[in-house]
Amino acid sequence: MRQLALDALELAKGRGVQYADVRVVESETQDLSTRNGRVSQVTGSDSTGIGTRILAEGAWGFAATDDLSRDGIDKAVFKARAIAKASAMAKLGDVVLAPEQTWTAEWDSPCAVDPFRISVQKKLDYVLKVDEALRSNKAVTLTETSFHATRTRQWFANSEGSVIGQTRTVTGAGCACYVFKDGDLQKRSYPNSFGGQYQLKGWELIDEIDMLRRAPSLAEEAAMLHAADPCPAGKHTLILDSSQLGLQIHESIGHPIELDRVLGSEANYAGMSFLTLDQLRRLRYGSPIVHVVSDATIAHGPGLGTFAFDDEGVPAQRTDIIREGLFTGYPTSHESAGAISETRSNGCMRAADWDRLPLIRMTNTSLEPGVQTLDDVFDVPHGIYMETNKSWSIDDKRYDFQFGCEAAWKIRDGRRVRMLKNPVYSGISTEFWNVCEAIANRDHWTLWGVPNCGKGQPEQVMGTGHGASPSRFRGIQTGAL
Amino acid sequence: MIDESKARAWFDWALHEARKHSVGDVEMSLHASESALTRFANNTIHQNVSDESGAASIRVAIGKRTARVSTNRLDEASLRRATSQAIDLARANEEDPGLPPMAPPEAIAPVDRWDAETATLSAEARAGAVREAIGAIAGSAAGIYSSERSTQFLLNSNGVFARHDETGATFSVTATASDSSGWAKASAVPVGDIDTLALARSASEKAARSKTPRRMDPGVYRVILEPAAVLDLVGQIFGDCSATALDEERSFLNGRFNERIFGSNITIRDDVRHPLQDGAPFDGEGVARRALTLFESGYPREMPYSRPAALRAGRPATGHGYALPNDVGESPVNVVIEGGSSTMPELMAKLGRGILVTRLWYIREVDPIRKVMTGMTRDGTFFVDGGEIQRGVRNFRFNVSVVDLLNAVEAMTAPGRASGEESFDMVVPAMLVAEFPFTEVTMF
Repeated sequence: MRQLALDALELAKGRGVQYADVRVVESETQDLSTRNGRVSQVTGSDSTGIGTRILAEGAWGFAATDDLSRDGIDKAVFKARAIAKASAMAKLGDVVLAPEQTWTAEWDSPCAVDPFRISVQKKLDYVLKVDEALRSNKAVTLTETSFHATRTRQWFANSEGSVIGQTRTVTGAGCACYVFKDGDLQKRSYPNSFGGQYQLKGWELIDEIDMLRRAPSLAEEAAMLHAADPCPAGKHTLILDSSQLGLQIHESIGHPIELDRVLGSEANYAGMSFLTLDQLRRLRYGSPIVHVVSDATIAHGPGLGTFAFDDEGVPAQRTDIIREGLFTGYPTSHESAGAISETRSNGCMRAADWDRLPLIRMTNTSLEPGVQTLDDVFDVPHGIYMETNKSWSIDDKRYDFQFGCEAAWKIRDGRRVRMLKNPVYSGISTEFWNVCEAIANRDHWTLWGVPNCGKGQPEQVMGTGHGASPSRFRGIQTGAL
Repeated sequence: MIDESKARAWFDWALHEARKHSVGDVEMSLHASESALTRFANNTIHQNVSDESGAASIRVAIGKRTARVSTNRLDEASLRRATSQAIDLARANEEDPGLPPMAPPEAIAPVDRWDAETATLSAEARAGAVREAIGAIAGSAAGIYSSERSTQFLLNSNGVFARHDETGATFSVTATASDSSGWAKASAVPVGDIDTLALARSASEKAARSKTPRRMDPGVYRVILEPAAVLDLVGQIFGDCSATALDEERSFLNGRFNERIFGSNITIRDDVRHPLQDGAPFDGEGVARRALTLFESGYPREMPYSRPAALRAGRPATGHGYALPNDVGESPVNVVIEGGSSTMPELMAKLGRGILVTRLWYIREVDPIRKVMTGMTRDGTFFVDGGEIQRGVRNFRFNVSVVDLLNAVEAMTAPGRASGEESFDMVVPAMLVAEFPFTEVTMF
């Protein structure tokens, strides 16, 4: 693969380019799932291809192919060069790239137990046991479990001289149960909804999340929701579990800070952002206890946004996004760094696969842990605690959001006193983060994986990481839908 | 691209490999495509891409055990390896008593979805059209112009051999002014059906007419949903229109199949052969897609059945199943909502006073049984009075039951092919809705 990348790069350099980079990507995946005690999916896949990005005549061209013969690659390089020429037909000025030093490196993500070396039989036995444990509650009408593993090997080479190999292994798993009764459908999921937890790990993740232990109480909660009162409407003190807060960070901080969105690149699809350039180092994004980082380094944890180098050959970095409530930084790229007077990209360009162009993407956008104990966070006379995302929506400039959760509880004097169903809360992003009044400490901090973040045209689905611990917010609009 | 002789040769390799392992039931789907997309923003092309790929997906069945392996390595050794891997996975799998045998062959009339101009649309042609569109927009232009050609085959050891060739093109444009925006989009099998300049002018006009948007209070309004807004919202219910969803008690139709669900003016069909539709005339197992009347005058009528669902129910499959094994069963994919006879100006006149919605955004399901969806308006939301646009308004959040919405449709235009971002392309009308609940107003 390394040689293939270098050969393709030589072909590109021979076509009169200002800059070129090449990524050869090989990936394998495995997906297993069950529904109501039956194995519903056993699939595997692999994919290999090459993507070539060329800057010529001041404009970009990109072409990808899975034909890895010399002719196939030459054709793709020729096409990328021709596309750059066509792009120049409608350019306002030449693309200018921030400089980056050259790197030669090879990196494998940590993986204690290779998920592809665990037998399919063992995996199926496990998820079927989880499925059975969920169905032990007779009220349950539908169960789901899933397991996912991906290994991606990539070689990157660019015309500046960088040559970088990376291998990333991702594992994910989750379970859910539904109770349909009297024309109402309630659901509980673990460890998170929409597929569970995903991290840059191996089979050890499955041991850590221990779905089998949680399954009986999860099913009981799904049944209990039918008898619960609707979540009350009004302004309330709201406590969010760390998984819901992870998605809140993703939508109301992670997306609006993307510099390409701010600069208008996504105006037609994903939208723009309220974080215009004049807000940098001026906007009070959150209360003084809110510290948010964009951190792709392995020191941050095994997140879906963890890597050694981004897809422009820039090393993983940690950037302050919000420091003591003040908005302090954007994720950037070679092309956009200059827009905020930075001399270098902070390494956030990522492509979903060999056939896609790198875009500015969240890495691990995380809320740093606070100093409170969990008891401190819950220590309010009256409040509402919500857990596990059920629905999420935010406007195209990322001001107005509404989230629904699977379950909520009424809090009185620091204790959960009764369950509430169909909870939703809504607000404006900066108003929400400015009423953050308690964040639990590192003992309760989890680095969540969002495996399905969509952006770009053609759309790219990317994994992002979000560290969070349970936190409390004052005067939030809640209700039931 | 893959031709018929290659498809047959590749399938033979897989079949031969399977037989070496004493496995006789094999299914192979093949897909090859070339696509290109020119993306522009801030009045310049900023991304311009092309990709060419092919893939084989091989399923084997060993009695009641099945599994699937996919690869984009299309040489003999790789296809044999993928087949062997599928056999290993199937042997490790549990038996599924509901697994049907491989589908039998049947005559499937082809649909003509190939356009030579679209298949060969060049980067220069796209760039030229984009430059022209940018020139037609008063503010800042952003959008895409894409084209694709693809070929797919489905073969199995029972004799199924199905082929489908298709082209498609999409143009989408957003015009942004200082405090407003406008949007337009179209897709078609032949690129000649897309008037890129007209779309750009429409987006620009919407941006101009919605400038200085005023805040209106949240509340229940009379609303016109343009076709893209209709498909993005109504499209959220079709996952429930499935025999498997009903079996699993996760459909809003559970327990209501004999009731009138929607207004008597709502008839919805699934018809792959509709002249404005796209897609293959067969499903993931190679079963011919039948036309279905999903809802007639508000009543549920015919639901899609995959072969496993049909086997459970003791009835014929309808040709709407996804490739096995899967988690969802089947669903409609060629939706046609019968409209009415109003023209758009007539719809505006009937609206009188209310809100005109161009486009919706970030729609998510809040209640799976009442089909309550939340989301936002975007890129052209207008206050209408006296049947005329009066001004732009700030964008609303809505929380609306699609069931309630389809009981409150007062009038419709004739249906046309429409394209949004939250659901698949459909043939739908614009709708005048008597009561539409907007629950919040955003900052722009």
